[in-house]
Amino acid sequence: MSDAQRNALELKDVRIDVSSHDAIISGVNLEMRRGEILGLVGESGSGKTTTALSIFGYWGRGLKLTQGQIVIGGEVMSTQQIFRSARGRLVSYVPQNPGVALNPSLRIGNAIRDMIRHERIVTTQPEEVSSMLVRVGLPGDSDFTRRYPHQLSGGQQQRVCIAASLASRPTLIVLDEPTTGLDVVTQELVLEELTRLRDKENVAMLYITHDLAVAAKIAQRIAVMYAGRVVEQGSAEEVLRKPRHPYTRGLVASTPDHLVIRPLTPLQGMAPSLRERTAGCPFAPRCPQRVDLCERELPELLEISLGHKVRCPEWNRTPSVDWTTLKARTEVESQTDVPTALKVAGLGAEYRSRGQNVVAAMDVSFSVPRGGCVALVGESGSGKTTIARVIAGLHAPVKGVIQFRGESLSGLAKHRSIEQRRGIQIVFQNPSDALNPRHSVETAIARPARLLRRMNRNDASSEVRRLLDAVRLPTSVARRYPAELSGGERQRVAIARALAAGPEILVCDEITSSLDVSVQAVVLELLRDIRTEFGLSIVFITHDLGVVATVADRVLVLENGLICEEGNTMEVMRSPKHAYTRRLLDAAPSLIAAINKWDTDEGHVD
Amino acid sequence: MVFVAIVVLLALLGPLLAPYSPIATIGIPGQAPSAAHILGLDFEGRDVLSRLLYGGRTTLFMCVVATLLTYAVGLTIGLIAGYTRSLVDSLLMRLVDVFLSLPALLVMLVMVSALGPGQFVLIFSSALVLFPGVARIVRTSTLEVSRRGYVEAATARGESTTSILRREILPNIAGPIIADLGLRFSWSLILISSVNFLGLGIAPPNPDWGLMIAENRIIISENLYAVLAPSVVIAILILGVNLVGDAFVRSLGESRGQP
Amino acid sequence: MAVFLVRRLLSAAGTLVVVSALLYFVTNVLPGNVALVVLGKNATPARVRALDARLGYDHSIFVRYLDWLGGVLHGNFGQSAVAVALHDPRTAISSTLSSPLSNSLILAAIAALLLIPLTFVLGAFSGLFAGRKLDNVISGPLLISGGLPEFVTGSLLILVFFNTLNLLPPISSLGPGQSPFSEPKALVLPVVTLLAVTVGSGARQVRAGVVEVLRGDYVQYARLNGVNERRIVIWYVLRNALATSVQVIAQNLQYLAGGIIVVESIFDYPGIGEYLVQAVQARDTNKVLAAAIILAAFYVLINILADLIVVYLVPKLRTEMA
Repeated sequence: MSDAQRNALELKDVRIDVSSHDAIISGVNLEMRRGEILGLVGESGSGKTTTALSIFGYWGRGLKLTQGQIVIGGEVMSTQQIFRSARGRLVSYVPQNPGVALNPSLRIGNAIRDMIRHERIVTTQPEEVSSMLVRVGLPGDSDFTRRYPHQLSGGQQQRVCIAASLASRPTLIVLDEPTTGLDVVTQELVLEELTRLRDKENVAMLYITHDLAVAAKIAQRIAVMYAGRVVEQGSAEEVLRKPRHPYTRGLVASTPDHLVIRPLTPLQGMAPSLRERTAGCPFAPRCPQRVDLCERELPELLEISLGHKVRCPEWNRTPSVDWTTLKARTEVESQTDVPTALKVAGLGAEYRSRGQNVVAAMDVSFSVPRGGCVALVGESGSGKTTIARVIAGLHAPVKGVIQFRGESLSGLAKHRSIEQRRGIQIVFQNPSDALNPRHSVETAIARPARLLRRMNRNDASSEVRRLLDAVRLPTSVARRYPAELSGGERQRVAIARALAAGPEILVCDEITSSLDVSVQAVVLELLRDIRTEFGLSIVFITHDLGVVATVADRVLVLENGLICEEGNTMEVMRSPKHAYTRRLLDAAPSLIAAINKWDTDEGHVD
Repeated sequence: MVFVAIVVLLALLGPLLAPYSPIATIGIPGQAPSAAHILGLDFEGRDVLSRLLYGGRTTLFMCVVATLLTYAVGLTIGLIAGYTRSLVDSLLMRLVDVFLSLPALLVMLVMVSALGPGQFVLIFSSALVLFPGVARIVRTSTLEVSRRGYVEAATARGESTTSILRREILPNIAGPIIADLGLRFSWSLILISSVNFLGLGIAPPNPDWGLMIAENRIIISENLYAVLAPSVVIAILILGVNLVGDAFVRSLGESRGQP
Repeated sequence: MAVFLVRRLLSAAGTLVVVSALLYFVTNVLPGNVALVVLGKNATPARVRALDARLGYDHSIFVRYLDWLGGVLHGNFGQSAVAVALHDPRTAISSTLSSPLSNSLILAAIAALLLIPLTFVLGAFSGLFAGRKLDNVISGPLLISGGLPEFVTGSLLILVFFNTLNLLPPISSLGPGQSPFSEPKALVLPVVTLLAVTVGSGARQVRAGVVEVLRGDYVQYARLNGVNERRIVIWYVLRNALATSVQVIAQNLQYLAGGIIVVESIFDYPGIGEYLVQAVQARDTNKVLAAAIILAAFYVLINILADLIVVYLVPKLRTEMA
C-alpha cells in the first residue's frame, strides 16, 4: 500500500481502563483518511479527550491501555518508545487553552523551533520559523518572533499553536476544542484557517468538540461518542441531517440555532457515570425507543450504509428531524402595550483593572416588559456582565438610573429596600461555585425565603420542596450537599434559590455557558416554563446567538459598552442593521446553515 | 502523632513522675548516669531526668497561648483586609509588611531588651512576629472565596458583612488555615525555645529544655545526656507537630475531592 | 526598569526609617530602667539621674530619635550605656562594631555561597524525581534538618563532632580582632548548622515549585508535541521554577540574619549576633539598636535584590516594567 493510501489514523477496538478496571473508553474504532477532518463530538464524560490523548500514548495517572491497537500513518504504536518517537513527527497537538499551554518564559520563535524535530534544530534557519508563522496568517518578522506568549491575543496564541503543530509536518493533528476559549469572530477566522491549511498541507485533523454546529462547519466526517463508546460515525451530512442513533438525534434536537426560533426537545435523564455503566447499551435508560434487547446486550457497531455506522439495533425507528418545517417557521411575537417591569436609562459603569479605570458600559438604555425576556448579547469585554451586576446590585454605576416598580434603585444591594432586593434576583455562570459547599441544598434555597420574605422554618421548608419541584429536581435533593450534584443540577438549585425570594425579575448571567449542550437544553426549557409559571421578567446575558434565539423576545447587541442594535429577536436575526451584528451572525456556527448548504449543494430547493 | 502525644503527655504529667526536685542540688555537678540518676546530673548537680520532666510545661503553655493570640489577631485582620478590599486593606497590609520586614528572632530580642524577660513578653512578642503571616494567608483565602458565586449571591441579597463573613466565608477558608496552624505552632515553639536557649527567656534556676541545652554545654564532656536529652525531646516535638500538620493537609486535599 | 529600581530603593529606605523609629521607641519605652539595670547594685536616685543626663535621656524622645538617626547615617551609633556607667573612655559603639560585623559577614558569606547552589540543586533533583528513590533519599533528611531549631542542630552536631569524633571544636576560640580565617576549623560547624536549617526548608520549597511546574499545562503540551525531553527539563521546567526558587532562596538568606544570632551563641562566635545577645543581656540600649538596625538593613537589602532578580526572570513582569 502506498503512502498516500495508508490511513492517517486507525483506532482498532481501543479500550482504556481506570485502576478499578472500569473502562473509560471501550471498543473504540475510528479511521481517518489522509487530509480529512474528522469531528469527534461528545459531551463531558463521553471519553473524547481520553480517546484523543490515547493517540499520543499519553493516558493519565492510573489509566492503562488494556485492549486494542493504535496505528498512525501506517505505523503500529506498540511500545511507549514508538509512541514517543511518533509525537511531533507523526501526530501533533493543538490545545484548548493556548494561554496556559505556551511556555511563558519562551519567546514565540523559540517555541516553534522546539516543535521542529530535534534533529533539525541545529539547522533550522529563522526563515523557516518566519514562513511557518506567515502560513497561519501571523507576521513573520523578528519583532513578532521575539514576543512572549502573554503579549499576544488569544486568537494569535492559538494560531501560534497551530503553526507549531504544523512545524514538524505530521500526518495527523489532534485539536482539543481549540476554539472554545475564543470569541465567535476569532473562532470563525481560526476555523477558516484550519480548512485552508488542510487543503494546502493535506494533513488529517481530528477535531474534538462538544458543539455540533462547529463540527458541521469544519468536519467532513463526524464520530459521536457517548459513555466511552462511539455510537455513530459517518459523513457530516449523513450524521447531522439524518441522525440514526437516538442520542445523536437528541443532541441535534437540543442544539440552539440563531436562524430558527424553536423550542428545544431535551433528552431525559443524565449520562451514566463510570460506575453506573451496565451491561447493555449505555444510552438505554434514557432512550425513547429502547427495547428489552437494548438493556441486556451491548449493541454492535453496524454499518448501515457505506461509511455510516451506528451502534443501535433500532436505528430504523429513529424519527427524523423535521428540517423543512423548522426552517420555514417564523415566530414573531410582538409585544405592545405591556407594562414595563424594569427600565434602565443612560447607564454608565466602570471598573478598575490593574490600577486603571475601564469603561464597561456607556449610556445603555432599555426596558424589560413584564413577563418578557430581553437578551444582552456581546463578546467578552462588551459590558454585558457588568450591566447585569449593576442591575443585581453588585456593582455601583457611575451614571444613569434603574427604575423598578416606579422607584429608582440604589447602586448597591445593601442600600436597597427589602422589597427591591426581593424583586430582583441573579443566577451566575459557574455552577461549581454557585453554592456554598458547607450548606445543604435546603439551607441554600431556604435562605432567601427566610431572610427576604421572613418565612419561618416550616414555611421555608415547604417552599423549598415546592421550588425543587418547579425546577424538576426530586425533593430528596434537599438533604444533599453541592459536591454530590452535577453541574446541571447545581445550576437548577441556584435557580430555585433565586426563585425562593419571590422575584419579579430574574437576571441570568451566562447561566448555561458552562453546561453541556443537552444539559443546557434542559435548563433553557425549564426557564421557559418557570417564566410563565412564576410570571417572571428575564434579563438574559449570553454570548451565544443560538441561545438568544431560543429564549429571548428582544435582544440588545453590545459592543465595547455601547448598544449597537436592539429589537425584536427574529427581526434582528433575520435582518441585522448594524455591521457588528452582521459580523456576529455571519461568524456564528449554525446547524441550519450547514443543512441549507448541503441542500443547495445537492440541488435541492426550498 | 504518637510521638507528639508522648511528648505532650510527658510535658504535662512530668512533674508527677519526677523522682527528685528539679531545683534542688543533689550531688556533684556533671555526674555520669547511674542507677539512681538515669540521665545523670547537670552542671549544678541537679537530676537531669527530673528537670527534663519539668522542663516542657512552661514552654508549651507559652506556645499554645501565643498561637491562640496569633490567630485571634491574624484572622481578624486577614478577614477584614480580604473582604473589604478597600483602603483599609492597603493600610493593614502595609502594617503587616513592616512586621514582615524584620527577622523574627531579632524582634523578640528587641522586645526582651525593652520590656525585660518574662512569660508575657515572650508570648506577646511571639504573637507579634507570627500574626502577619497568618493575616496574609487569611487575606489571600478570603479574597479568593469572596469572588465565588455563593458569596456574590449573598451580597446581592443584601446580607450584612458580619453575616457573610460568618456564614459564607469563614467555613470555606478553614482548609488553608488549619494547614497553617501546625506550622505556626512549631514556629512559636522554635522561637520561644531559642530565646530560652539564649538565656533571655525563662530564668534559671527554672528548668526549661532550651535553657538546659545552653547551660549544660559546659559539662558536655562529662555528661552529654544533659544536652542530648532535651535536644532529642525538642526535636521529636517539633518534627511530630510538623508531620501531623502535613498529614492533615494531605487528608484535607483528598477529602475535598472534586469541586 | 530604572524607575522600578529607584522606587524600590525609596520604599526600602522608607521601611528602614519606619523600622528604626519603631525599634527606637520600643527600646526606649522605659528610659529610667536602663540606668537602673546598668548601675545594678550601685543604683541610687542621684546616680541614676546623673547617668541619665550623660546618656542624654533628659531630652524628649523625638529629639533623641532624630539625633540618633542623624548619627547613624554618619556611622555614629551613639554611646554604650554600660561603658558610660563604668566610666570607660571607650564609649563609642561604632568602633566596637567593626570586628563583630566583619566576622559575621564572613560567616554569612560562606553560608550564602554554599546555600544558593545547594538549595537549588537539591530542590531541583528531588522535584524532578519526585516520588522516586532519589527524592526520598534527599527529602527525608532535609525534612528533619529543616524543621529543627538551630540550637538543637548545633548541639547535636557538637555532640557528634566533638564528643564522639573529636574532630571539631565546640566553640570558636577567637580572640577580639582575630580573623576567623586563622582558625578555619572554627567556621565549619557554624556554617553547617546554618546550612542544615536553611537548605532543609529551602530545598523542600524549591522541590514543591518544581513539582508544580511539572504538572503544568505547558509541560504536557510540549511532551505531546514531541519536544526533546532534555530541553523540556531545562527550558520548560527549571526555567519556570527559577522565579519561585529565587524567592525561596532570598527568604532563606533573610533568615540567616536571624539564625546567625543563635548560631553565634552556640559556638561563641564573636559576630554581630553574639554582640546583640550580650547587649540585650546588659540592657545596653544603644548597642541593641545598633546591631538591630544593621541586621534589619541586611534583611531589607536582600529583599530588594530578590525582587529585582525575579522581575528580570519572569518575562511577564519584565515586559510590564519596560
